[in-house]
Amino acid sequence: MATATGTQASTKFQAFLDEHLERELLRFTTAGSVDDGKSTLIGRLLHDTKAVYEDQLASIKQSRVNRAAGPIDFSLLTDGLRAEREQGITIDVAYRYFSTSKRKFIIADTPGHEQYTRNMATGASTADLAIVLIDGSKGLLPQSRRHTYIASLLGIPHVVAAINKMDLVKYDEAAYKKISADFLELARRLGIKNAQIIPLSALEGDNVVASSTHMPWYKGPTLLEYLETVPLAQAAEERSRNRGSLRFPVQLVVRPDANFRGFSGQVASGVLRAGDEVLALPSGRRTRIDSIVTYDGELQEASVFQPVTVRLKDEIDLSRGEMLVSPDAPPAVSRNFSAKVVWLHADPLQPGRTYLAKHASRTVRVRATAIHYRVDMHTLEQLPAAQLEMNDIASVNFVANLPLMFDSYAVNRTMGSMILIDAVTHATVGAVMLERDLGTPSVELVVAPTTQVHPLILARSAKTARSIVQILHARNVPHVLLDDPYIPACSLACATRVAQLAGLAAVYSGEDPSKELMQQIEQFLPQARWIQLPDGPLDEAAFIQRLDQVLHWENSEGKE
Amino acid sequence: MNAPAPSLDVTFPHPAVSQRALNHLQALEAESIFIFREAVAEFANPVMLYSIGKDSSVLVRLAQKAFFPGKIPFPLLHVDTSYKFPEMIEFRDNYAREIGAKLIVHKNQKALDAGANPFALGTQNCCGFLKTRALLDALEAGGFDAAFGGARRDEEKSRAKERIYSFRDKAGQWDPKNQRPELWNLYNSRLNKGESIRIFPLSNWTELDIWLYIYAEQIPLVPLYLAREREVIVRGQSIILKYDDTHMLPGEKTQRIPCRMRSLGCQPCSGAIRSEADTLPKIIEELIAFRRSERENRVIDHDEEGSMESKKREGYF
Ligand SMILES: Nc1nc2c(ncn2[C@@H]2O[C@H](COP(=O)(O)OP(=O)(O)OP(=O)(O)O)[C@@H](O)[C@H]2O)c(=O)[nH]1
Ligand SMILES: [Mg+2]
Repeated sequence: MATATGTQASTKFQAFLDEHLERELLRFTTAGSVDDGKSTLIGRLLHDTKAVYEDQLASIKQSRVNRAAGPIDFSLLTDGLRAEREQGITIDVAYRYFSTSKRKFIIADTPGHEQYTRNMATGASTADLAIVLIDGSKGLLPQSRRHTYIASLLGIPHVVAAINKMDLVKYDEAAYKKISADFLELARRLGIKNAQIIPLSALEGDNVVASSTHMPWYKGPTLLEYLETVPLAQAAEERSRNRGSLRFPVQLVVRPDANFRGFSGQVASGVLRAGDEVLALPSGRRTRIDSIVTYDGELQEASVFQPVTVRLKDEIDLSRGEMLVSPDAPPAVSRNFSAKVVWLHADPLQPGRTYLAKHASRTVRVRATAIHYRVDMHTLEQLPAAQLEMNDIASVNFVANLPLMFDSYAVNRTMGSMILIDAVTHATVGAVMLERDLGTPSVELVVAPTTQVHPLILARSAKTARSIVQILHARNVPHVLLDDPYIPACSLACATRVAQLAGLAAVYSGEDPSKELMQQIEQFLPQARWIQLPDGPLDEAAFIQRLDQVLHWENSEGKE
Repeated sequence: MNAPAPSLDVTFPHPAVSQRALNHLQALEAESIFIFREAVAEFANPVMLYSIGKDSSVLVRLAQKAFFPGKIPFPLLHVDTSYKFPEMIEFRDNYAREIGAKLIVHKNQKALDAGANPFALGTQNCCGFLKTRALLDALEAGGFDAAFGGARRDEEKSRAKERIYSFRDKAGQWDPKNQRPELWNLYNSRLNKGESIRIFPLSNWTELDIWLYIYAEQIPLVPLYLAREREVIVRGQSIILKYDDTHMLPGEKTQRIPCRMRSLGCQPCSGAIRSEADTLPKIIEELIAFRRSERENRVIDHDEEGSMESKKREGYF
């Protein structure tokens, strides 16, 4: 068998292989309000490009469900979950793969229902192009605006408005023109540069693959023609990232034996070259790349997205979550930054609450310190907000317990994206696009340069309180003693909050606070942040241990 | 009877795959390697589900690449229904030895002792006991918090819906209506006690990509994937390979036809296809001309509408 297969790779096959491998890939997503026809459009596109296997087509023809006016409900090609077919809506993203002679495509068909906006964001986060569907008989809806907004935030370079169900408005040019104008105005306000508008009918197949005979007034490309020819942002991004500065987040340290110590990761931007000088962050140590190791042999250089393992000239301390970068153009290194947030969870984002945040290969803890505004989806106005509800899009400032090494999302997707994870349930709750390094806020310079932790310590007696103050002093923990006669027990919540904002640990030795009072305090100071001492003499060792636990928040990565 | 052929003597010519920019396969490879490394960095005790098929073979190669020059830092787990083709078992043992991987083989012995087989139970129940239950037991026994699998989104409509990190609750179940959002390549590996994650590094690969990669990388395969003349029973639409212990219905005869397996599952439930494709280029050419999906010859997916989804909810891979 070995010899039989060995010589038969015909030149024809080799040519096919080369052509196939070099064919460009376009990843696109659908977007838009519920029932605007996204899934039907994708089904139609797959069907008309002959990308559906016969047995799959037969099985949807036999399906019990059919909401379409015609013989085939094309939405069933992507709405594969039972609940989706029963309810007639898309719930989660479906990924489909097809290719034509010109390009390969990965489609993410996402749900329009507001409740599942998080799944739309999932599908859109990896897309190069978004098709926003708009029902021609309904026009631009708030959810169409929200999705277009998310697409622009995610930096999807191309946005196509597909004005669907033209059959329902008798293929009327005036209806098309009205919606076009609304969409172009939205695109202008969102700063979307490459907007294309195509009138079509997913149900009937007009302008999807074949040109419509019903709309002679439309002279532009069909959807497929457009998808096959739109200049690829991905290739452009790859080129510009190759020219950019080196960013190499370390994923893993490989140490198979005593002689080999390498750092594995994927190049996020720039070029990694053997012999080049690199800067390790956050340590600030400089060294040179000794060699670039892969399973397929050593490389002289590695470019964007290539997974490699590097060895360094010097034995410097470097681990997962850290980074090698160009010494002449390092990223921001900061604990304070501003960002755009899409909130994905039913539990609201609350300023002051701690979340886990995954950025590149590092997980830290962050808190929102200020919400500048959230966006109203009807008017695109910026409104004040005390917290963020599910599906809100907002501008937020954050502080992290450890510095992040980041670039703005607009410059570098990998270096500028972050997810938020609930510290207790571990649900993914937010998508974050980093913007600016806010430096060190001035108020911190005044009162709390070294720490962000503000425990409340409830001492039972004035004597204990004094011992605690000494311990805090010795350990350099900024603090304040709340033993002033003008601060009665009922004001403890306010006083603690003031201390927290000032970056101080508070030591209190008055009467035991009531349960209601503690509940009030817990709103801004979770249980893990206060220490209630037992009656009797202070057990110093136990106290110090507990204190370290609370302070540990500052010095550890997110991993518990 | 078909004597199992020597498993490892399938070698292929080395193609001149272009090394310039990241081409399509290299981009897929890069994504998969990234996923492997993330998972190994963040999970305490991962394992790889190894099914001996073509996708598993690709998965193993990607893992070798991800951790080179180190060895694959997790065991391979094969859930053996005991109804696998003998060629598969032989290949599995040889291959695991050759690459120096730790292999765990798990069977639901209790169910087998009680006589579980697809003829008596029906394919649904048989898979339930011998695959899904066995898998969940094996994962629990090993205390694994993450399991890599070779599933691809282009295989089946419910798989098309799955995340790369697919969250499982304490009972090992998948809730397709409530998956975690998964943005960019920032995978959430956080778990509470008893929960676990299935990881699918091949999510974005298509069947064609798998074959091209196998060709480009010269990855060894179970010889059943390549066509040759084999002794078979033709039963309705299905072509069943004949072994010593194959059930024959009254009046059935065997015949010899050129055929191969497009997808490898259990012997009683996976049919062969008529094919003369005895080399990888021929398989690939044939694939491009196919108008029917690869899982069509697997009985389990077609028992009823949405049957794969039900299996997946319960914990099937
Ligand atoms: N008349 C007409 N009906 C259409 C057209 N496209 C879709 N529909 C119908 O509109 C309904 C909704 O279609 P879907 O494709 O499920 O809509 P969707 O946008 O995917 O919905 P979600 O994914 O739930 O947000 C179905 O009954 C379709 O048959 C069209 O071009 N013309
Ligand atoms: Mg849909």
